[in-house]
Amino acid sequence: MAKHVVAAVSDLPPGSRKLFEAEGRQIAVFNVRGEFFAINDRCPHEGGSLCTGKLSGLVTAKEPGAYEWTRDGEIIRCPWHGWEFDLRTGRSQCDPRTMRVRLYDVHIEHGAELAQELKAEVFAVKIENDYVVIEI
Amino acid sequence: MNGAGFKPIDCDVHPFVPSTKVLMPWLDANWQEQVVDRGIASLDPISYPPNSPLTVRSDFRKEGLDQAGTSRQIFERWGAERAILNCIYGVQLVHNTDMAIAFTRALNQWIAAEWLAKDKRFAASIVLPLQDIEACVDEIEFFAANRQFVQVLVLANGDAPLGKRQFWPIWRAAEKHGLPVGIHAGSSYRHPVTSLGWTHYYVEDYAAQALGFQAQLASLVTEGVFVKFPGLKVVLLESGVTWLPGFIWRLSKFWRGVRREIPWVDRPPGDIIRDHVRMSIQPFDGPDDGAFIDKVIDQIQSDDFLLYASDYPHWQFEGDEIMPKGIPASLHRKIMRDNPLATYSRLGG
Repeated sequence: MAKHVVAAVSDLPPGSRKLFEAEGRQIAVFNVRGEFFAINDRCPHEGGSLCTGKLSGLVTAKEPGAYEWTRDGEIIRCPWHGWEFDLRTGRSQCDPRTMRVRLYDVHIEHGAELAQELKAEVFAVKIENDYVVIEI
Repeated sequence: MNGAGFKPIDCDVHPFVPSTKVLMPWLDANWQEQVVDRGIASLDPISYPPNSPLTVRSDFRKEGLDQAGTSRQIFERWGAERAILNCIYGVQLVHNTDMAIAFTRALNQWIAAEWLAKDKRFAASIVLPLQDIEACVDEIEFFAANRQFVQVLVLANGDAPLGKRQFWPIWRAAEKHGLPVGIHAGSSYRHPVTSLGWTHYYVEDYAAQALGFQAQLASLVTEGVFVKFPGLKVVLLESGVTWLPGFIWRLSKFWRGVRREIPWVDRPPGDIIRDHVRMSIQPFDGPDDGAFIDKVIDQIQSDDFLLYASDYPHWQFEGDEIMPKGIPASLHRKIMRDNPLATYSRLGG
């Protein structure tokens, strides 16, 4: 597992997102109300960029007309064909068993810790800041 | 007998209504006089012109289209154990709602008295006067006690898509009584049979029926009828069959991207169709080619889906070949017997 610093936390505020490349992969990182999610950017359907999709809620209904809105901001819709993916599980809404997008571990680390580990990284880490880090 | 050691269940037989005279005993004095004064000799719909060879294969006319003749053909000649009568008569086209209700009741009474009571091997569909939703529910409640009625019957092209909520009281009553909804080719001619406008020729009208079936399936699935009434079954009668795989593909594929519009449809439409819908095998649009038919059945992804039907006295088959050529022998028993019995629970007793 290799660590990659995506951004300073202050550069990826709630409601924002960032496309990040690591080890030849395009990875979309989202900040949803202070919680970070990282998924493979490529939609498993036809390859649309999920990072450019609309973040939405989950619409369900136990019976016709009984719309329920949950999971606000945690569902990404591919901009090409509208397929929905759950940022927490990577599973698609239309075919959750077999159609899913890869998730990556994402967390926040202090610059002081990172500065020791990532000496070779080009990303300029300041010890007084917090950083969004993904592991591949 | 078909030589295979089992007796088929024929899911689509058409009782021929010789004229409105036969309905007179079940009409009240007012409507009896209307029949005479207005000279209403017949209510044959133009979907099935009475003299068209499609409506009655020419050699079948000699065999007799009355109850006795039909019984001979279906039960003696082709060896069916039971047969379901689907009466296609113009009662569903009548604009006067009261008249439609009265004539439909008379038609169902005639079927019960002149066909079902005279040959217990017959079962039948309750014809519904869709001109009035409450009357349809009344019709179901009135006839449901007669266990020889095993289905309700509507036309593929009516006033409105059948999934709409206005129709739900009918589907609720049908589900309650274990009656599948039979949707048969035909039109009440409230709208052109095509979405483009009125056609000129009979062949256009008949070919366009498949589009009506598709629109009905889409309506029933997307409006959530099978979510609301999970016990409801729908049987497409005389649909042509082979358009289905392409249609399921389109409906299911597009649902993936726009399912938020209809979130109660929480699994692929194709799965819902496979669970709730069945089709009669006549006509089976396609070549008499086993490989072609195998492929269609494979694409439908279900061997529970097809129900045997002679479609008598329509012209859909040749000679005495009641099964379309090319249907794999391994499926004959399922199509001719097991699938019909699983679909029509009332046939089991």
